[in-house]
Amino acid sequence: MQDIIRARRLTKTFDGVVAVNNIDLSIKRQECFGLLGPNGAGKTTTVLMLYCFLEPTSGLLEVFGDTVEKYARRIKARIGVCPQENNLDPDLNVWDNLRVFARYFDLTGPAVAARSEELLHFVGLYHKRKSRIDDLSGGMKRRLIIARALLNSPQLLILDEPTTGLDPQARHQIWEMIFRLKEEGVTVLLTTHYMEEAAYLCDRLLIMDHGRIIVEGNPKELVERHVGFNVIEASSANKRLEEYLLAKDLNFEKTYRHFFIYVKDGGKTFAEISQGYCSGQCTLRMANLEDVFLKFTGRELRD
Amino acid sequence: MRSVFKNISWRAIRVWQRNFDVYLKTWKVNFVPPLLEPIFYLFAFGLGVGNLVTAVTFEGRQVPYLQFIAPGLIAVTTMNHGFFETSYASFVRMYFQKTYDAILSTPLTIEDVVLGELIWAATKSVFAALIMFAVAMAMGLLSFPNASWILPVCLIAGMVFASLGMCFTAMVRTIEMFNLPVFLFVTPMFLFCGVFFPLASLPSWIQHVAWLLPMTHLVSALRTISLGGMRRGILIEIFVLILMALVFPFLSIVMMKRRILK
Repeated sequence: MQDIIRARRLTKTFDGVVAVNNIDLSIKRQECFGLLGPNGAGKTTTVLMLYCFLEPTSGLLEVFGDTVEKYARRIKARIGVCPQENNLDPDLNVWDNLRVFARYFDLTGPAVAARSEELLHFVGLYHKRKSRIDDLSGGMKRRLIIARALLNSPQLLILDEPTTGLDPQARHQIWEMIFRLKEEGVTVLLTTHYMEEAAYLCDRLLIMDHGRIIVEGNPKELVERHVGFNVIEASSANKRLEEYLLAKDLNFEKTYRHFFIYVKDGGKTFAEISQGYCSGQCTLRMANLEDVFLKFTGRELRD
Repeated sequence: MRSVFKNISWRAIRVWQRNFDVYLKTWKVNFVPPLLEPIFYLFAFGLGVGNLVTAVTFEGRQVPYLQFIAPGLIAVTTMNHGFFETSYASFVRMYFQKTYDAILSTPLTIEDVVLGELIWAATKSVFAALIMFAVAMAMGLLSFPNASWILPVCLIAGMVFASLGMCFTAMVRTIEMFNLPVFLFVTPMFLFCGVFFPLASLPSWIQHVAWLLPMTHLVSALRTISLGGMRRGILIEIFVLILMALVFPFLSIVMMKRRILK
């Protein structure tokens, strides 16, 4: 099947600084694809190129089989964008935000009114249709932006950190909405800092850092392949435990206070460590995407 | 350069419609100041200065002072509304409200957005000029039928001032920095381009500088039109305004594109 998004050696530089460095992407129809990475990894720059806001410095980028440089208008007509920063129009109320935004797509008249009504019901904001934007909560604004992104019935929905700063209720509501859209056949491209969100929603994802793709795949497989099944977290990192881990040839990471030990069969090793080597707290848990993320991008702060 | 023309389309009108919708929502705020402003001016100058200066010599005849400044005040309104719409107001939309970013995720290009903003600002300056025009007409300060050419000329000039404002919007980092172009351009144009007194009263070097500014051409053209006169120079003045109304919008679109798309 033809890819919805195809990038080859895609690169973007700003005044000599490389933001996106030679990346390849293939995103298929009806897939939910995640872009993960620490701040400054190049996720948003990639997304901005996808919806033709920024032109690539070099490389090939095709959306729906059209190159972004040449067919920006045609591509943008078929995409819905939920940007990282809220940019609802504060000069207009909820209803007019949808009406005016649809008009940018050349959509007018009773069909738009019907579509707006349907979308406001979908995101649970119909009762707020006459409200001012400033009177909406953060979660409501986010939902309204998603409704706005769906006005043109897009085949590709780009969500740049759709749930950042939202409470758990709002986040779960948005996740539900994304699932429903996927069922309806929409391809979703998602960037996020929340690993559980990516693991929950994405069929495939990639982790970027310093403008490059570090690892790519299905979230579950990535965890199994790169981390294992279980993680033992042992606090009060002591010499004796380290010697034991080295002797056993176990895959582990050490921070100032913690050991993170990645194991395939957690139970046996955990019993040994917790009884013999751990002076502080020792816990056994399932390995998750965050372990993969930290393993590949390190634990140092960014920005 | 060529891509600017390629990326401009009729879709610019969607931006105009957006601004018009907002304008209608706040019509009371938009309507009352332009209505009171000319009345304030005409009162202040008619009763205040008008008592000191009863008549001004213009094109070889004596003209009552109020009749002399009425076209100047229409020019001032045109300048203020055109310039301030694309400077402060556009900057707020671009920088604080991120309205441009939102529009750019739709089929519109940055060229469409900026052109739509310019056409809107020119329209708004004509709305304001129209109110001033109506008040001046009601007071019998305009000479018809010639005076009906005032508004088309204001539309051209509105485009000039709007695109000048947009050039500064493409340059400033913060909204406070607009004080500089206001101090360097708008205030001098208000004071030294012949709105309140004949340009000939100023030293000749100031007159030369003044003729580089669009306001001087506008005031001079409007005054001749509103007083029912005719002279050959007016065609040159209008030609200069048309030229500026073609060059500055193009320039401002190029500058804005560079600012927004890096």
